Amino acid sequence: MTKVTMTVNGKAVSKEVRGNMLMTEFLRDELHLTGTHVGCDTSQCGACNIHVNGETVKGCTIFAAECDGAEVGTIEGQANADGSLNVIQQAFQDHHGLQCGFCTPGMVMSAATLLKENPKPTEAEIRHYLEGNICRCTGYHNIVKAIMAASGQDVSTIAAE
Amino acid sequence: MYSFDVVRPKSVADAVAALGEEEAQALGGGQTLIPSLKQRLAAPAVLVSLASIDEIKGVSSEGGTLKIGGGTTHGTVAREVASSYPALAAMAGNIGDPAVRNRGTIGGSLANNDPAACYPAAALASGATIVTSNREIAADDFFEGLFTTALEEGEIITAVQFPIPEKAAYIKFEQPASRFALVGVFVAKFADGVRVAVTGASEDGVFRWTEAEAALSGDFSAAALDGLSVPADGLMTDLHGSAAYRAHLIGVLTKRAVAQA
Repeated sequence: MTKVTMTVNGKAVSKEVRGNMLMTEFLRDELHLTGTHVGCDTSQCGACNIHVNGETVKGCTIFAAECDGAEVGTIEGQANADGSLNVIQQAFQDHHGLQCGFCTPGMVMSAATLLKENPKPTEAEIRHYLEGNICRCTGYHNIVKAIMAASGQDVSTIAAE
Repeated sequence: MYSFDVVRPKSVADAVAALGEEEAQALGGGQTLIPSLKQRLAAPAVLVSLASIDEIKGVSSEGGTLKIGGGTTHGTVAREVASSYPALAAMAGNIGDPAVRNRGTIGGSLANNDPAACYPAAALASGATIVTSNREIAADDFFEGLFTTALEEGEIITAVQFPIPEKAAYIKFEQPASRFALVGVFVAKFADGVRVAVTGASEDGVFRWTEAEAALSGDFSAAALDGLSVPADGLMTDLHGSAAYRAHLIGVLTKRAVAQA
């Protein structure tokens, strides 16, 4: 067991963890933050995407021990301070960017770092950035549209639903 | 996964010492190793994470040579060498997906030597030098076959030195599910000749296509490759493509790389 200390959504946490404990397990089982989903558990689907020191990483492919000292962000920390949906989350709702919602936490976390790195991405840039986020409901179209809208761009040029 | 401990040394010396312990294994970004551990393909007693060693991270440039720390992520390379070595930046920026690029490292990719990985092609085509915790190894001597390199037990890649070519390009024909190279070709033109490295194709991992190098060194144009082909013998066949298909792709992608360089 190793002791790890990190900041999760702005709150300091400290726990004893097994060496082989993944961040997905740490967040879901130890901290009960179940918004980070485990989809494939093989580093492909991105439903477990979280932020570590401001970068998107796959929560299923990083050990809790590797996050000692890190600033970690999860979907639970994305809403505005008053509890209302943030711009990206609201755009997903407005543009029907989700159906079952399983992939959505990972999509929102990816979208957040995309827009931080590239505030006005093109449709092609959004699709390239989302290569590691798999959705089996919507076919991505409205997800791309939501991210375009969240970046303040006109979405009327994106084909109809 | 089997159970193991994770240690996080802060210096190369401490990491080498930790790797000297029984059943210790180095952990780079973990983007290949962690999925392998989940499949119980490895059973280390201790994983020695290299991610806290600042001295093996970052990019610097000196007199036409680019030095990239072994612990530098693909994302960092994509951003930081965009002006000094654009073909290398483009290659790094197209590995896996953004989350993978934020963890995976150049040293990890080279040490793993996956037969379909991108970095081995870049290192071999550039004539890079792999700097380790105790020596320097030319790329030509480093790659020894499928998942096999010249690295000894416990040896850590601390940096990779890339001579910067006059022109270069990497073209990857992606296997669309994994985004590994079904075939990838890296072409680099230097003042004293052209080097062509092929990944994703051979049963022995990355290799140099010397016939194409000779033709391109005389005439750096796609037309110089007309009539040249790689025999299908020794190339991989799997559900994604036959050896003959891969052989064909090598010719096509090499021409595209020359045209793009």
